[in-house]
Amino acid sequence: MELTNLTIAQIHQGLIKKDFSASELCKTFLDRIKEKNKEIFAFLQICEDSALAKAKEIDDMISAGQEVPILAGIPSAIKDNILVEGVRCTASSRILEDYTAPDDATVVKKLKNQGVVILGKTNLDEFAMGSSTENSAFGPTRNPFDLARVPGGSSGGSAAAVAARLSVFALGSDTGGSIRQPSSFCGVVGLKPTYGAVSRYGLIAFASSLDQIGPLARTVEDCQIVFKAIKGKDEMDSTSVESSQKRQAPSEKLNLKKIKIGVPKEYFIKGINPEVEKVIKLAIKKYEEMGAYVREISLPHTEYALPCYYLIACPEASANLARYDGIKYGFTANSKFQKPDAKLLDVYLESRGEGFGAEVRRRIILGTYALSAGYYQAYYLRAQKIRTLIKNDFEKAFKKVDLIFAPVSPFLPFKIGERIDNPLSMYLSDAYTVAVNLVGVPALSLPVGKAENLPVGLQIIGKPFEEDKILEMGKLYARHWKLS
Amino acid sequence: MITKKELRHIVKLARLSLTKNEEERFQKELSSILNYVEKLKEIDVARVEPTSHPFGVENVMREDLPGEVFKENLAGQAKKLLELAPETRDGYLKVRSIFEIN
Repeated sequence: MELTNLTIAQIHQGLIKKDFSASELCKTFLDRIKEKNKEIFAFLQICEDSALAKAKEIDDMISAGQEVPILAGIPSAIKDNILVEGVRCTASSRILEDYTAPDDATVVKKLKNQGVVILGKTNLDEFAMGSSTENSAFGPTRNPFDLARVPGGSSGGSAAAVAARLSVFALGSDTGGSIRQPSSFCGVVGLKPTYGAVSRYGLIAFASSLDQIGPLARTVEDCQIVFKAIKGKDEMDSTSVESSQKRQAPSEKLNLKKIKIGVPKEYFIKGINPEVEKVIKLAIKKYEEMGAYVREISLPHTEYALPCYYLIACPEASANLARYDGIKYGFTANSKFQKPDAKLLDVYLESRGEGFGAEVRRRIILGTYALSAGYYQAYYLRAQKIRTLIKNDFEKAFKKVDLIFAPVSPFLPFKIGERIDNPLSMYLSDAYTVAVNLVGVPALSLPVGKAENLPVGLQIIGKPFEEDKILEMGKLYARHWKLS
Repeated sequence: MITKKELRHIVKLARLSLTKNEEERFQKELSSILNYVEKLKEIDVARVEPTSHPFGVENVMREDLPGEVFKENLAGQAKKLLELAPETRDGYLKVRSIFEIN
């Protein structure tokens, strides 16, 4: 039995039957990380001592005959923009290179209470700004399917860790596709929950009206277990909500014959790789064969979603990242100014100029520009109005259908270096994921096949707080077509 | 096309700095991004209300009382946060002067 291949439920059974211990399991994963991380670079940091201590704690509980939660002893990886108390949290930025988290994020607190073992912190594009994990100040993560290619981003470290079996599951964050696109590129399952379903307390903020934390795992079932553990209202995040019972689909009893699937025609026009399109169309056909009713729908403002997203995300980021000032915490250029006439402004300009990488500065500048006097109405306010139109598109569509099926990304995983010198061509890889964040609805990336030997993900988009319905749909596919 | 002067003004507003090479590069890149987002001007938004948040949020009110962590150990918490700062003196954050010395 290969311990690193097991699902959460299988591990739980193994632990309570004492087929293996949580410590053995933890050591197996740590050894595998030591062997593989050099080439993949999914992890920025390994928490070996605390992981082994937590595993031992779970073993002691099991030996004492105590009942343990399903997540007890399960090895996990946390994206390095989510705080774990006492552990360095860098957001892959020089400006936070030596920052130690003073508290746990709410999601981390919840996982710790379930007995989850945290193996380490995973790589990302700096401050989650990017689609390839090449924007990390500490070096790029590589796609386990092809080391010359990117794992996607920004949660590329989390997706690569799960795909390479360096962790059972991982947490990521999704502002414009940052869970779904790397999940698609690495052939794992990733869930971007409804805005507000999961607390953002302890997530380093990028764009506060778009950010959500969610799970990445190798099976839909595992994703669902982790989502259940992390969701819910939190008094530390006033935008978080308790999803009411009636909004939840009755699990396990989804009648496919009653499900209407909408396929937006605007997602299959110019720009999509024809090989990706083939795999997605085939997957949709399989749902039809299983009994679902599939119809074409229209989301007329689709082509405006990407420019709209950048004119909302960048201004929000420029405000959120104002807190990195070289004074309260993080990197400072203060020591460069020994002369008594140096001003506070010099410290700001130098600390932020040196501490932030190119893409982060590019987005702060764009955001500041869009909010500045004379441009606010033409850019930011206009984008907020177009956000309303995009939201209306989805609301209209969801009156006709229960779920929307689309590709996750128009591209296959691209080569490292292929797009990094052209910011606009990088942004295009999120063309099919950003609308979901603007609207706030939940969406799953489900691996449904390969093109040119690289994974392709189907995006299943649901109504607000209907995560269970999209997860059940994902399970049906896996059951019928035996995903490997 | 964004001018060098405009770029320098925005960079200062954003409390950032760019090297000479970066100035050249950013001017080109930002111009092409701004050109791309011009697309949004195709739509008439005169009668559309803006959306700032996916679902209507309301203010969440509570009593203004110190949380548990602060009740227990105010000095300890303050110390923990101060330890994260690059430079402190006598329990304060140290900053450079903000006024001109004549």
